[in-house]
Amino acid sequence: MEFLKRDTQFDFLGKRRLAGMISLALIAVGIASLLVRGLNFGIDFTGGTLVEVSYKDSVTVERVREQLKSAQFDGARIQYFGTSRDILVRLPVGTVENSAGISSEIMETLRLPYLETVAESPQGGVQQCVSELGLGECKVQMRRVEFVGPQVGGELTEKGGLAMIYALIGILIYVAWRFEWRFAVGAVAALVHDVLITISIFSLFGLEFSLPVLAALLAVIGYSLNDTIVVFDRMRENFRKMRKGGALEVMNSSLNQTLRRTILTSLTTLLVVVTLLLIGGEVIKGFSFALFIGILVGTYSSIFIASPVVLGLGISREDMLPVQKEEAEADGLP
Amino acid sequence: MLNHYPWWKWAVIALVIVPGVFYALPNLFGDDPGVQIRGIRGASIESNDFDRVRTMLSAEGLDPKGATLDENGLRLRFVSPEQQLKARDVLQKELGTQYTVALTLLPDTPTWLRLVQARPMHLGLDLRGGVHFLMEVDMASVFRLAEERYVMDIRARLREEKIRYEGVRRIPDGGIEVQLRDADQIDLAQKTIRRQLRGLQVEQTTRNDTVVLVISLSEAERQELSKFALEQNITALRNRIDARGNKEPIVQRQGDRRIVVQLPGEQDPASAKRILGSTATIETMLVDEDHNLEVAVAGKVPPGSKLYRLRDGRPILLKKQVLYSGDNIINAAASIDSQSGGPIVSITLDAMGARINKRVTGDNINKRMAVVYIETRSSVKTDAEGRPILDDDGNALRIKRRIEEVITAPYIRDQLGKRFQIEGLDSVVEASELALVLKAGSLAAPVDIIEERTVGPSLGQANIDRGFLSVMIGFALVLVFMAFYYRVFGLFANVALALNLVLIVAVLSITGATLTLPGVAGIVLTVGMAVDANVLIFERIREELRNANSPQASIHSGYEKAFSTIVDANITTLIAAIVLFNFGTGPIKGFAVTLIIGIITSLFTAIFVTRGVVNLVYGGRRLHELRI
Repeated sequence: MEFLKRDTQFDFLGKRRLAGMISLALIAVGIASLLVRGLNFGIDFTGGTLVEVSYKDSVTVERVREQLKSAQFDGARIQYFGTSRDILVRLPVGTVENSAGISSEIMETLRLPYLETVAESPQGGVQQCVSELGLGECKVQMRRVEFVGPQVGGELTEKGGLAMIYALIGILIYVAWRFEWRFAVGAVAALVHDVLITISIFSLFGLEFSLPVLAALLAVIGYSLNDTIVVFDRMRENFRKMRKGGALEVMNSSLNQTLRRTILTSLTTLLVVVTLLLIGGEVIKGFSFALFIGILVGTYSSIFIASPVVLGLGISREDMLPVQKEEAEADGLP
Repeated sequence: MLNHYPWWKWAVIALVIVPGVFYALPNLFGDDPGVQIRGIRGASIESNDFDRVRTMLSAEGLDPKGATLDENGLRLRFVSPEQQLKARDVLQKELGTQYTVALTLLPDTPTWLRLVQARPMHLGLDLRGGVHFLMEVDMASVFRLAEERYVMDIRARLREEKIRYEGVRRIPDGGIEVQLRDADQIDLAQKTIRRQLRGLQVEQTTRNDTVVLVISLSEAERQELSKFALEQNITALRNRIDARGNKEPIVQRQGDRRIVVQLPGEQDPASAKRILGSTATIETMLVDEDHNLEVAVAGKVPPGSKLYRLRDGRPILLKKQVLYSGDNIINAAASIDSQSGGPIVSITLDAMGARINKRVTGDNINKRMAVVYIETRSSVKTDAEGRPILDDDGNALRIKRRIEEVITAPYIRDQLGKRFQIEGLDSVVEASELALVLKAGSLAAPVDIIEERTVGPSLGQANIDRGFLSVMIGFALVLVFMAFYYRVFGLFANVALALNLVLIVAVLSITGATLTLPGVAGIVLTVGMAVDANVLIFERIREELRNANSPQASIHSGYEKAFSTIVDANITTLIAAIVLFNFGTGPIKGFAVTLIIGIITSLFTAIFVTRGVVNLVYGGRRLHELRI
């Protein structure tokens, strides 16, 4: 079985101005949104407290808010997390003296109406509580607590940005060494494009930008690059093999030759990412969503961004001739 | 042209796959409910204790399914959670306070697998539930204490050298200032201090027209102090965790002033936080009954005494001299007093403490002795927006509050020895936490929790279930797709994909790397991306066939030509994954680890193994047609 007819002859590079315009428009909107709305940074970066609780019966956000307010947790943001029995409470870094203890106080406050205290419970099971009814399943289950002190948050933002830059530099060097500098610039341009658009979407929709999302972005860099390299590899081969046609023709037919592989691999990867998105649970939803967007954009960019940039930088057959290539390889040998 | 593998290639495949399957196997076996017994503070468990435990259990009709004794203590496995709970209760009662008995899950790995050190994957806290703390040691207070000690030292040294000084005092912002009576001796003083106290930097400077010495800790001394404080805190934290009975705890230094503490399966993070961060200790003093309390309250506190308050707020006058403190305590246990019904802490003193106690109580019968509870609560100073205020070195400034309360001040009725009891505590919880902290030893410097990640037991299990389901469904979808699209060749790719999963699990199990939820996501992602190599190869084979090459030649050049593409593409992904690994903390690292392992194993299975299978199926015969 094959999806596409054997030899496609799409004029991908002919559409490069249109594609470039679409991408530029998207990025412009994204940057505007980043400037105006900013990113909804998670507590990994800003510092603060996050408590996820699960109630035995469904509960209203208002009630939880009232409870917390009466216990002086004024800045708390409360929302449902998946179902109407699961609540997420977020508190910014406060002026409260003992910030690491806040989560415990929140749990105590929420348990107060049920008159229950935690008891030892089996590993892997549900939390057990002692109440006036004796030992039993807690009515308010502590699912997860995250507290990040402000000193840690600042470091993460810095380290995350640096990680992104190191990854790009490493890739730039490797691609320049294995291919040619124009290809390296093209690959990195595509990666910056992917990262920018994914971040823009997180900003536009106000989605939480957490540490796992940052990890997903780095994974997207890896994935998108994988795609781009496969295309570039075919171009390198065709520049040496095809006697006819200018750079544009050679690159276009390379894109067509690798098109089915590009689509197939994106498809299998998207299959598993959608699985993660639907089944993986709320905790890694942001992560899966960033991957999903990143893979879509990454597939697009390896065709419509990376190659046009290489072409625009004036690549020609002479740059890729085997003679030069052998020299380059000899340089790389020990 | 025929496609054959030389024998050594088959050998390589066998050498990877057989141990891979073997070491992945333990993950198929579940966990048994178990009990872990450990000695507290040096009390180790020997084989005769083991026999004792067995006798205790069989007296209650309990028969452990298996037992192991190693440096982590004695671990017993049971058939059911009911047996586990019963065994825990029995052992806790019988073994007494020298041992901790904790519930745990123990892998049900068969003996023949355990013999070759095969063990299941190590699950991260987000999968098994538990607490992760990142703690920062308050180094400013370490330096302050050191400077205070040096002030005493400098005074002593100057007196020895007969250099008369006007004042030796600590400057509040850090550093020590020495002012001499006779300015001519300044060089001598500088030389003396430099020679005798090598950890100090001594400079001369002029303040208010007089020459003074300004002394600060040298960089080497600061580093030495930090290292020492960090190590001592790690030891104290370990002791406290052991005394609480946490199983498989991790206490590690991170950087030069941070400590990571991980407590798998911890149920009560609030109590863990209180105990780990506690700076509580006690001091005992005699009550000053020679002077009038009202006069002291009015402001005329006699020298040598100090005014304290009892917990209910009443004032009490104590003699300043500390008899013995928390440092003299070797054991402490909380219980309920049989007479009063209130919580008490029973203390055992070391030899020095016991000697003092015996002498003082013998000399002061019918007088009162007070137990003072001391705790330093420290918190980070923040500005109006809640950001910490930093000093010039980038360390957070702190507000400190020293709490000193007299818990109890009973009359001495008899001469005491190495044992005594503290009454007057507010609750059983307070008594047991104080006992634990006193027993485990004090921290060298206060610690702050600057990051906490707690996952409740039910979420941990849900994460395992969801993660497992995601891997399975993702895997199944890709299998179906590949079989549908490439038919027989799709099945080859599927064999490789299944093997890839086994190898990832095996590598994780062998290296003892921790599997986290993002790690599971990494595996899922690898499943999706691993087929890429096969897609590249198969598409190449199709192209070669279309160019009218023979089937065998097409297979050969398909693999050949796709190889460099695959390597280039994967190395660049590897670069991103390695950067991720270096940047990552905790869960992110888990993602990077599975991604790195997955990239390497998938290269092996997708290129090397599928080629083997293809050779086996098509290699030995003439083909007229290849359906791909």
